[in-house]
This record gives sequence, C-alpha cells and structure tokens, in this order.
Amino acid sequence: MGPGGTARPSATRAGLRVLGVAIRREPWVFTLATLGSVLFGALTVADAWVLGWATDHVVLPAFRDGEIGAGVLVAVVALFVGVAILRAVGIVARRLGAGIMQYRMEAHDRRAVTRQYLALPMSWHHRHPTGVLLSNANADVQAAWGPVAPLPMAVGTVAMMVIAVVQMVVTDLVLALVGLLVFPAVIVVNLWFQRVTSPLMTRVQELRGVVSEIAHESFDGALVVKTLGRESEETERFRQRSEELRDVAIRAGRLRAAFDPILNALPNIGVLLVLVVGVARVLDGSSDPGAVVTVAYLLTVVAFPIRSIGWLLGDLPRSVVGYDRVRSVLHAEGGLEFGDDRLAGHGPGARLEVENVRFGYAAGAPVLRDVSFAVEPGRTVAVVGPTAAGKSTLTSLLTRLVDPEAGALRVDGTDLRDLAYGALADAVAVVPQTAFLFDDTVRGNVALGLDVDDAEVWAALETAQAADFVRRLPAGLDTELGERGTTLSGGQRQRLSLARALVRRPRLLVLDDATSAVDPEVEARILAALRRDEPGTEPGTTLVVVAYRKATIGLADEVVFLDEGRVVDQGPHDELLARNAAYAQIVTAYDHDPAEEALR
Amino acid sequence: MSTTTPDPGRARAATAVVSGEEIGAIETIRRGVRHSPELAHGIRVTLLLAALSTAGQVVVPVAVQQTLDRGINAPGGTDVRFTVVMALLATLAVLVTGLASYLMTYRLFRAAETGLSSLRVKAFRHVHDLPLGTQDTERRGSLVSRVTSDIDQVSQFIVFGGVLLVVSVGQVLVATVVMAIYSWELTLVVWVCFAPLFLSLRYFQRRLSEAYGVVRRQVGLMLSAIAEPVVGAAVVRSYAVEGRTQARIDTAIDTYRGAAVRAQGFTAVSFSLGGISAGLANAGVIVIGVLLGIAGRMTAGEILAFAFLVTLFVGPVQMGTQILTDAQNAIAGWRRVIGLLDTPAELVDPGPSGSDLPDRAVDVELDGVWFAYPGGDAVLRDVSLRIAAGRRVAVVGETGSGKSTIAKLLTRLVDPTSGAVRLDGVDLREVRGASLRRRVVLVPQEGFLFDDTVLANARYGDLGADESRVLAAAAEIGLDDWIAGLPDGVHTQVGQRGESLSAGERQLVALLRAHLADPDLLVLDEATSAVDPALEMRINRALERLMAGRTAITIAHRLSTAEKADEVVVVDAGRIVQHGPHAELVAAEGSAYARLHASWVAQRAVAS
Repeated sequence: MGPGGTARPSATRAGLRVLGVAIRREPWVFTLATLGSVLFGALTVADAWVLGWATDHVVLPAFRDGEIGAGVLVAVVALFVGVAILRAVGIVARRLGAGIMQYRMEAHDRRAVTRQYLALPMSWHHRHPTGVLLSNANADVQAAWGPVAPLPMAVGTVAMMVIAVVQMVVTDLVLALVGLLVFPAVIVVNLWFQRVTSPLMTRVQELRGVVSEIAHESFDGALVVKTLGRESEETERFRQRSEELRDVAIRAGRLRAAFDPILNALPNIGVLLVLVVGVARVLDGSSDPGAVVTVAYLLTVVAFPIRSIGWLLGDLPRSVVGYDRVRSVLHAEGGLEFGDDRLAGHGPGARLEVENVRFGYAAGAPVLRDVSFAVEPGRTVAVVGPTAAGKSTLTSLLTRLVDPEAGALRVDGTDLRDLAYGALADAVAVVPQTAFLFDDTVRGNVALGLDVDDAEVWAALETAQAADFVRRLPAGLDTELGERGTTLSGGQRQRLSLARALVRRPRLLVLDDATSAVDPEVEARILAALRRDEPGTEPGTTLVVVAYRKATIGLADEVVFLDEGRVVDQGPHDELLARNAAYAQIVTAYDHDPAEEALR
Repeated sequence: MSTTTPDPGRARAATAVVSGEEIGAIETIRRGVRHSPELAHGIRVTLLLAALSTAGQVVVPVAVQQTLDRGINAPGGTDVRFTVVMALLATLAVLVTGLASYLMTYRLFRAAETGLSSLRVKAFRHVHDLPLGTQDTERRGSLVSRVTSDIDQVSQFIVFGGVLLVVSVGQVLVATVVMAIYSWELTLVVWVCFAPLFLSLRYFQRRLSEAYGVVRRQVGLMLSAIAEPVVGAAVVRSYAVEGRTQARIDTAIDTYRGAAVRAQGFTAVSFSLGGISAGLANAGVIVIGVLLGIAGRMTAGEILAFAFLVTLFVGPVQMGTQILTDAQNAIAGWRRVIGLLDTPAELVDPGPSGSDLPDRAVDVELDGVWFAYPGGDAVLRDVSLRIAAGRRVAVVGETGSGKSTIAKLLTRLVDPTSGAVRLDGVDLREVRGASLRRRVVLVPQEGFLFDDTVLANARYGDLGADESRVLAAAAEIGLDDWIAGLPDGVHTQVGQRGESLSAGERQLVALLRAHLADPDLLVLDEATSAVDPALEMRINRALERLMAGRTAITIAHRLSTAEKADEVVVVDAGRIVQHGPHAELVAAEGSAYARLHASWVAQRAVAS
C-alpha cells in the first residue's frame, strides 16, 4: 500500500471534491455542457419514440393498406433527421463545453502553479528539481482535470437514469428492486477499484516525474555525456526508471482490464436476473409479461449511464493524485512579504548599509555572521575573500533573494523588507556570476520589460562590450536567442547580462564576478563610466563588486575582506595589503605563476 | 589548400530535429509498430480474444431480445423452459465475453506499455546520439516532451482507445453480416447513409491531425516557457520581472489552451456527424423497408427487427469514429517521436570496422579544414595545423574567430565541411566511437555536474573506478585536501547541475573526471568565469598535472595560459595567422599576437 492508500478515507469522495472545484470555477460552461448532454439524452429517448411512431403510423398502415403516401414518408425522414440534428447539437455542446472546461481548468492551474514558482523563495527552488516542477505543471495538472471531460456526460445521463428508475419502480416494484441490485454491485466494484489502484496511480505519477527529471538532467548535460561517451550508461539509467514505470503501469492496467468488463457485464447480469425472477412472477400471477419486458428494457437504458459514471469514477484516483501534487505546490508557503516604501529610481548613487547580518541556508550552519559595513553614495566597494567566505550569499541578500536571520540591510536608510514589490529592482541591479538569458530577442533580454528605446539598448550594449557581436547577429537586436541563450558563448551571455543591468542606470549595482568575460581594461572603463567621479558633480552609481582580479580590486575605493562569513578587515586596498597578511596572500596569489608553484 | 569541394565555405541546410508532421497516419502506425515490435507480440491471440469479446457484445443483446420475444412474451404464453435456458446461455456468454475482454485488454496493455517503454528508451538514446548542433536546434523542454508526454499520449490511446477501436470495428463487421442475413437491400441502405461519414472521415482526420499537431507543438513551447522561471529563478527575482515572465508564460499556456479547444471543436463536429448519419439510416430503413414490404418482399416484423440491428451498427460506428479522432492526438505524439528517430545521428560511428587509437599520446593534424555551421558562413577557412604528440598548445583569438570550433572538431562533436582531422594519421571519421571517447576528452567551459555526489560525478570519467581509485586520482592532481574539506568529503551532494558548489569547484570536479577518464588527447575549453585566487591556483595546479604526458590543446581565454604553452596558435577570422612558441610570436612586431600580448601586459599594470 502506498502512502495514499490507507490514509485517505475515500478516493471517490476526494475525487468528487475535485470535480466540485471544477464545477464551482466554471459554472456556466459546465451548465452548457450538461444541457447539451441532457438534450442528447432526451433525444436518444425521442429516437425510440420516433421509431414507435413510425411503426404505428407508417409501417403497420402500409402493410394494412398495401400503399403509402409520399407525405408520410417525408414526415418520417424529417422526424428522424430532425431528431438526429438536434442530437448532434447536443453532442457538440457537450463535447465542446467539456473540452473548454477541461482546458480552462488546466490553464488556470498552470497559471497558478507558475505564479507559485515565481513567488516562492529561492530556498524552496533549491529543494525541488526542475523536472519535478515541470511534471507538476504538466502531467499532474493534466491528470487532475482529466475527469472533467466525461463529467457533463455523466451528470446529464443521471437525468436519464432517474427517469428510467422511476418508471421501473412504477411498473413493478419487486422486479425494479431486483434490477437495481446492479447499483450496489457497481458501487462495490468501484470502491474495490479505487482502493487497489490509488497507490499504483500515485506511484505512476511519481515515476513520470522521475523519468522526466532524468531526461531533463541528461539532455542538459548532453555535452558531457557525449564527450565522455557515456550515452549507454545514461540510457541505462533512464531505462531502469522507464521500465519501473512500465511495470507499475502494467499492474494498474491489469486492474483496469478487469474493471471495465465487470462494469459492462453487471447491467447484462441485472437484465438476466430480471428475466428469471420475472418468469417466476409471471407464473404465480403477480406480474405480467409486459411488465418484465418494460423493466428489462429500462435496465438496458440505465446500463449506459451506469457505465459512463463508472468510467468517471474510474478516472478519479488518478485525478486525486494529480490534484494533490498540484495542491502541494499551490499550498507551499514562504513568499517574501513586502512593505510600501519606495526608492528614487534614478539619480545619484544610493547609500548601502549592512548591519549585523546573520544568515544560513541550514539551521546551525551560518554562512554569514554579524556582517556589518556601509557604502557611501558613489563609492565602489570590492568584496574579497576565499571560497565559501559568503560573498555570493551577500549578493543574494543585497538583492533580497533571501532575508537575513538577524540584522538588516538598508538602501538609503530603508530596510529592504519595508520596500514595496519592485522598488528594490528600480534602484538596484545585480549581475550574477552565471548569466541567465530568456528565450527571447536580444532587445527583450536587455530591456527585460523596461521601457527603453533602441538607442539606450545600444548604449548599454556598447558599454558592456556586446555591441560588436550583436551587430553581427543575423537580425541584430531582434535575433532570437533560443532557450537560455544557448546560441551564444558563455562570455557573450555574460556581456548581455551586464548590458541588462547597465540599461537600467541603477543607483546601486552589484557585480558578482560578472566582468570576467571582459578584459580588465574594459572593466575599468565600465566602472569609471558608472562612477562619474569628477569633483563637484553628484555622486555616480554606488558599486559593490565581488572581485577575484587584482585589477578589479585596484579600482575599488575600499575593500571588505570576508572570511568564514565574517568581515575580517575593511579599508583601502593598499592599507589592507600592508596590515593583513591573509589578505595579502589571497590577493597576491593571483600573480603567482602556478606552474612554478607546482614545480617547487 | 587541397579542397576539391566546389564551395567549401557553405554548409548544407540546417539539420534540425525532424518534426514528423508530414508522416501519414497509417505510415506513422506502421513505422511506430516497427520501432516497437513488442506491440505486435502475441497479436494473433489478442485479436482472437477481441473477436470473441466482440461477438459476445452482439450476441448478448440479441439473446436478451430473443428471450423477451420468444420466451416471456411468446405468442402462446410465457415459455419458462426457453426463458431459463436462454438466460443461462446468455449468462455464460456474458462471463465468456467478460473474461475475453479482460484477457484482451490486459494483453494489449502489456504489449503497449512494453513497446512504448522500449520506444521511450530508444528515443532517449537517439537524443544523445544526435550531433551537438542538432541538439541545440530544439529546446530542451521540447526534447524532454518527445520522450515523456508524447509517448504517454500514445500509450494512453492504445490502452484505452485501441481496445475499443478493435472491438468497434469487429462489431460493425458482425452487425453488417447479421443485418445482411435479414435483408441485403436494407444493409445497403444503411451503408449508403453512412457513406458520407466514412468519406468525410479522411478530410476530418487530416484537419484533426493538423490541429493536434499544433497542440503537441504548443505543449513543447509551453513546457519550455514554464521551465524558464524555474531555471532562471534568481534573475527573475532580482530584476522583479515576475509580471513580465508570467505574462510570457500565460501567453504560452493560453496559446496551448486555444489550440486544444480548437482541436476539441473539430472532434465534436466530426463525432456529431455520426449521429446525423444514424438518423438518415433509420429513416432510410423505414422508408425503403416499407416500400419493399408493399412489394411483398419483407414483413413488418422483419423491418422492426432490422431497426433493432441498426442500433447495434450505429453504436460501434460512433464509438469508432470518436476513437479515430482521439487517435489523432496520439498519432501526433507518435509522429514527433518517429520524427526524432528519423533525425540522422549525422556523425556516423564506423563501428567494429573502424580503427582504434593507440594507447599513448597522439599527434594531431588538421588538413585543409573548412567548417560552417548549418546555414551559416564558414567559421574556419582552409585551416591546416600539425601538433606533435605530447605537446601543450594554446589556441588564442578573439570571440568568434573560430577557436572554439577547433575544439569541437578535435573531439568530433562536429565533422569538417571539407578537409580532414587526423589523430596519429587516422581520420577521426574512421575511428570507432568508443575508442575516440576513451582516448580524447573535452573539458567544456562550464563543467556540468549531475545531481549526485562528487564521487559519482568523478566516476563518470571511469565507471570502473572505485572510491579508493577516485581518491588516489584526486591526490594525483592535488585535490585530496579540497575533497577532505567538503562537508561529506567525496560523498558530498553537488545539487542540481552542481549548483551547491561554486563555479570553480565544479571545474575541479570536471578536471578530476577528465583525469579519471585518462585520455591521450586532452582538449580544454578554458572557463571564462574567474574564481577566487586560491581556487584558481588549485585549478591551475590540477591542470598542470592533468596535462602531463598527454597531448593537450587549450582554447585559451587568458594569455597566462598561452605563455605557459609549448606552442601558441593564433586564429583570426577563421584562419590560422600565427603558430609558434610564445616568445617567438611576441617578438614578431605588429603581429596579432604581439598586439594581444601588449594589451594584456597593460592590464596587469593597472592592478599593481
């Protein structure tokens, strides 16, 4: 038994709740589709009536009189075709309605799920693999709303069923009760089916997620797979999970294979029971043959609704599993709270304060401890430190990808947590270590929704040293870059990412080792252009640079030297060099010739 | 210099992944079954069971009808014996039918899941066998959907629709035969009334197949849009572009929804046509039946019995047409998978007839190599180059000069448009794939890691290596103390794409992986991202030891790398403009290399 098998009281009840959600969300489409279904049901009955009418008014008189009028024949054709056309209208209304409803539900959940992906904190993303998130937004959403398609049909046929049952009871109560034994039997079969398939369906959905995750990861690392010739091993890894999925699917399929014939057989068995009991009742005179025939016929009429409801119920376990997996994303918590304060979008550089900041990704393992420093408007600070000193974490805090556990970060005196949504991005831009490009044009990637004209985009590209290669692209600014900009080299991606920050003319710019693709000379020019530090003018952009190059460090007004999550020292580069041996060692290490080092 | 191709600078048309959309439905099924032979395993028994269950589906209602007419409602009073015997026989028929459908469905299910699972694996493998350039023509999400949701569509169809389709077609045939026994004239009438439906089916199938083709394509685009905020989560947040990103996703979601509803509309209309045909058939049977009756060729009872048989014909026809329309979605998915398998794995492995590379450092030769990316201009023009075994060479040049393409040619990620790449005198195209991958290793710019431990990622270079061998290899290139410093040592999890490690640390793992692979030709695409100095030193030390005793070609982005190399190759605009030792090239005044070097020296000065 899987996790869902015993803990949940009833997959059917849960499944009906899921359907309730769909009906409440799309009442009008549902009504339209159901009306279509009722129209269809009514006209199916009307079809039988037309046949009866034709027998009485056309067939029998024709044989009696030996002739037939053309008018009556036309009437027969008109009646049959008229009913058929109306029935077709019913079908179109039901199917189109059901389709619209199903796809709207899917679209609604996909929008909701992706909104969650955008709103949930980075820590949540780190815990959830890409492939699973994709599976949640695709296969799980699809599974959840699968039963919406047969729903209007099932609801519509309920009306048909009620009419038939009432007629049966009125005709012969005892025979009706015998015939209706089919209903508890169908319910028992359904309950059995739900119980045994729920855990299998859960597993199938999980495995679909796993298989998709492996494919995603493996295709992402296609270059490594190819260059090391590991295609066979990767295929083996994929095969194992794929075959596991196959085996569970076959086990679930075996149950389904038993379920459908039983569902088909039950109404037939009901009819045969009615016939046998009916014969006995006819013999002892408590019923007449006509009543037996009527009840048996009505039972065949309800057989179809029973089956369509059975199909609907049969789809429910899978639906519940998908729905629950989608809900687990929608109910995940931990989005950032925003205040109402705003910052000036343009103008002189911003002042940054970091005060007693503590932060860790896991409890009891702080990455930053009691970090404090301030950057005056227009100044440039280089953050220097060995691996795992907490430099990149600091940039995450500065752009509020995460909030500190203790202490505060302030821009122009305002705590980042008091800023309105989007206010921080108006004034602060970050260029991350690894550039991420969207599946969009060059212009779209640089402007990223900001209302700027082409001249400004070109100016930013020029500054970021990207203008030359962009001019060489087939469609210039309008060139589509493809998923994650795979058509460009790493350095080109980094320069576009830099241009994206520059075009915003931020008041505080955070560069997380973001200029490694441009040579130091150009880097110096970029930084100088931002600083605008001629005497008498307003201070230019404030810069925080996570630096690895001595050249970059040399450009900073001040250095914050981080080690093991603490600010070890702070001051101008020359002073630190003179007074801090650890700092001197790290900075000068870059100038060592590693070859000689290795030989020594 | 020695090319004979008329226009070596131009490449053939772009080799994109084949969409498969032009493959016909029958062709798709035929080829689909050929790709998954398991689908046809035991098909005879399955079809026999299908026939049994089909016959049962017709026999049971006829038996019930007979019991009512000739047993309970018999003209001479209720016939108890007949009724009970018929009821028992019908019960038997119900049970046999049920058992036959169970066995048939289960067998189909097993065949479908087995066949499609092997198709999935085959398609997965094929993605890896595609040339790099082809892989890059398609979004990753789209490639993933070809091995996941596209195949799921096929399996769902075969399992749920396929069974019903087989049964429905069988029922139509059985009903036709039974009808013809009653009256061939009326049977003809029924078929004539359904003829427009059967004839229009092709038209609708075509429209539906187009509509569902669009649906499957939109699924791929939608998945790709949904992947973006997941993979680019940090950038989306720091630029506060959630709204814009969401708008783009919403567009993709809604475009997909629109396409799906459109396809559903076609389905609904084509399905409803069956009902209209049924109305026509009923009317036709009554009218023609009456006319035949007046002519003395039918009785009233026969006409009514025939009308009952028509319902047994109409039901499965409608079911069948509905399934055929549902099939379009599945076939669209199947096409995309077959299209993928049709995409040539261009770089043909010569297989067993190919040569093996010798187990020692190799010499390298590029002979009159031209190369152009599909549909693009030449990026390498008539490049000839010889590198002796065991030499350490740096290839330098501006972005776009073609230097990265040289790395791809040497590792046979691409083949030259003309000319040849030879290792130890053997054309790379004649080297067995397995031998090539063992002897030649590329360390890419960004060291992609799998979501696993450091150990597992390192072992990717040599699957036979145990933990102690990995640790020994780490010690050989000076990474032992770094590994010891990791939270769980060699068992530390690296996270998705290795993102729990820093960029520099990912490179260390990539170097360890390359060292374990123990190649004779090492091709390094130097990383551009700078790392902190201590790590940089460690990387350099590891690189030094990795290159020892091997032919090593580095695509250099730093001149310090060039300075340390035995030889430097300078590439400019697709041609080799200089080749020689660093000192010599620097001395050549006014040369490209001298200019590069001067600017580098100037940069160093800025720092101190």
